[in-house]
Amino acid sequence: MRRQISSLVMRRLLIALITLLIVSIAVFSATALLPGDTATILLGQSATPEAVEGLRKAMHLNDPAIIRFLKWIAGIFQGDFGTSYANNVPIANLIHGRLANTMKLAGLTAAIAVPFALTLGITAAMWRGTLYDRIVTVATIGIISVPEFMIATLAVLLFAVYLKWLPALSFTNETKSFYDLMRTYAMPVMTLTFGVSAQMIRMTRAAVVETLNTPYVEMALLKGASRPRMVLRHALPNALGPIVNAVALSLSYLLGGVIIVETIFNYPGIAKLMVDAVSTRDLPLIQTCAMIFCLGYLALITAADIVAVLSNPRLR
Amino acid sequence: MSDTTTNWSRSDDAMIERSIRGGASRRDLLKLMLVNGMAMAAASTVLGRASQAVAATPVKGGALKAAGWSSSTADTLDPAKASLSTDYVRCCSFYNRLTFLDQAGVPQMELAESIESSDAQTWTIKLKKGVTFHNGKDLTSDDVIYSLKRHLDKATGSKVAAIAVQMTGFKAVDKNTVEITLASPNADLPTILSMHHFMIVADGTTDFSSGNGTGAFKCKQFEPGVRSIGVRNPNYFKGGPNVDSFEFFAIQDENARINALLSGDIHLAAAINPRSVRLFDGVNGFALSKTTSGNYTDLNIRMDMAPGNNRDFVEGMKYLVNREQIVKSALRGFGVVGNDQPVSPANFYHNAALKPKAFDPEKAKFHFQKAGVLGQPIEVITSDAANSAIDMAVIVQATAAQIGMKLDVKRVPSDGYWSNYWLKAPIHFGNVNPRPTPDILFSLLYKSDAPWNESRYTSEKFDKMLAEARASLDQAKRREIYNEMQIMVSEEAGTIIPAYISNVDAVTEKLKGLEPNPLGGMMGYAFAEYVWLAT
Repeated sequence: MRRQISSLVMRRLLIALITLLIVSIAVFSATALLPGDTATILLGQSATPEAVEGLRKAMHLNDPAIIRFLKWIAGIFQGDFGTSYANNVPIANLIHGRLANTMKLAGLTAAIAVPFALTLGITAAMWRGTLYDRIVTVATIGIISVPEFMIATLAVLLFAVYLKWLPALSFTNETKSFYDLMRTYAMPVMTLTFGVSAQMIRMTRAAVVETLNTPYVEMALLKGASRPRMVLRHALPNALGPIVNAVALSLSYLLGGVIIVETIFNYPGIAKLMVDAVSTRDLPLIQTCAMIFCLGYLALITAADIVAVLSNPRLR
Repeated sequence: MSDTTTNWSRSDDAMIERSIRGGASRRDLLKLMLVNGMAMAAASTVLGRASQAVAATPVKGGALKAAGWSSSTADTLDPAKASLSTDYVRCCSFYNRLTFLDQAGVPQMELAESIESSDAQTWTIKLKKGVTFHNGKDLTSDDVIYSLKRHLDKATGSKVAAIAVQMTGFKAVDKNTVEITLASPNADLPTILSMHHFMIVADGTTDFSSGNGTGAFKCKQFEPGVRSIGVRNPNYFKGGPNVDSFEFFAIQDENARINALLSGDIHLAAAINPRSVRLFDGVNGFALSKTTSGNYTDLNIRMDMAPGNNRDFVEGMKYLVNREQIVKSALRGFGVVGNDQPVSPANFYHNAALKPKAFDPEKAKFHFQKAGVLGQPIEVITSDAANSAIDMAVIVQATAAQIGMKLDVKRVPSDGYWSNYWLKAPIHFGNVNPRPTPDILFSLLYKSDAPWNESRYTSEKFDKMLAEARASLDQAKRREIYNEMQIMVSEEAGTIIPAYISNVDAVTEKLKGLEPNPLGGMMGYAFAEYVWLAT
């Protein structure tokens, strides 16, 4: 049994690695397809043909794509992400602070959203059909349907502009105390929590409801197990696979998909960095950001799969 | 140059009324109108006088926070590479120029004590004494020569290399005197040196991230794409600034920028879209500062290809453009009607006698008939890349339809607009940023071999006049020539400049001392060292 599990896990990891390689090829070719030439954009309106040619040579843009790709991959394996075209700073320096900011925001959001969503999802499934269940369902559907920028903007208007309780901008390195931290992160975290929890609540409820309908849960009920025990001990472990997957999908969104929240709260995270990079055609930066997003996504999905395998009572 | 009351909102009326009832003096009212910077901002000289009248005593202290609109990892503290307002603001706070432009567009001395020349070709620059860089080094002629010479080196990547190239000889006469020789006489050198790119850096500087200049603020933190923080330079040679620290960053999303101002997180939100000005209606404690410098969006008709090669078509288009309506609707009143030439009212050499062409669809129809283009579909390229160009195109299209002229407005993406459509399409929109002198504008945009000759205007007479005015030190004569040249461009070129676009910055009423400047919004980007925060 144990051998079977470890081979399953190993296979999953191998697939993740291959996916990463394929993604790196896709990212590289996609950035090569971006319209506009980096040298021309860097020089702006004042680009002369000679200047463009000189810059292209200096940046090795004239090399064949395959050579540039291999150089890039080799660099990444040595921990060298290259140098930004836009301001000649090593990519690692640029990303370092931004990634930390994104992780902080994602971590805080996850710490609040996951327990919140799981609790609501499981309890809604437990008391399926009751008024409580209906309220939770209607509220989550309502929140899914409202776009994030709407929630964020309304929150800013209410809490920052009218009530003046919270700052409209979220700056990360000005927080000196825990209270400051709470104040600056309150609105972005709230906005993101709304967005990601709604999905998780729906998925959790659906997964638990499904297992509650199976014969062995009915059996547990018949043998006299209490309702909480029936749900938590008998139904939940079997529902864990889909739940963890839903959680992983929601969290992966926090890594690269929060551009709207970063823009509205002027939060210097990595999603905005990538948008900047696209507008300046900073190819090494775009590629590195894309790889980080993919890596984060893969890591979360792989972890979710592994948890699903490990938690499956039939495989234990 | 009429400035209609469309930009005067109800809240402004209310504010004035409140003040009068509260027993405000004339001086208070002037002050009030000044911070609003409205209605009379077009005549910057009027405002200039008014502002001196109300030069109230500045208050020391406070942490100034302001937000611009664009920022990316390409942000730089290298003045030669500065390309966005964000860079200009930062460079202005950390460095100084030899000269700067006052509200009337006349060059004043900053680091220079005097700039003199007898033939407009060899210039002697005397530097102020006792000026030090942030790291303690004294300002000497070597720093000036290094700062100016950098622009000639291709590796610097200077944005003004094309302008700097005329400086051919540099000589340090003594520790505080520099002699600059130009390739050919140019009387505009003092004005050229007031451009933001010609900030003076310390001799030998190659890493600009520390912002070591002579400016009012010392750089404490600079993160490209995130923000910069400067603290008061206690040794500043002008003896300022008023505020203790200055933090600048960009909030790209306009709503977020306005909300940050309304919630009190920042003191100044730059570049407010005319559409959003109403958000400040009925809200107390905020003011708008309007600056009309030389920024404009123009409709370019290439005269070297059909249909622009037919003189009557160009003539017809000029009558077809309803300038008043463009200012009123496309710009919501935040603009000044233009007369098809690039020298704006903010410029010292603006020809005020040159009236804009009147809107006359019947005359337009007559010319189109003569050109034989009536009823034929004609393509006009427009894009978000040029400010308000889409609204302008729609307005022109609607008036054209009324006289049976069919304009196909083709809207193209802003990404790649400047390299793919601008200067290339037969009829397209362009956008030109303010430049300090008529000479630069004409050399860049209208000389027969100009790199950005938008309508392919060629005139030997024009080129000759350009060279003549450049070499002359006689101001009256220069004005005469430039007046004539503005008339020539207005009548002969294929560039229709319906309006000069105003820049609107929103500020809290706590921010005092902000004045309009012809170099651009935010007091020509140099506001940080002049303003103060009322308590």
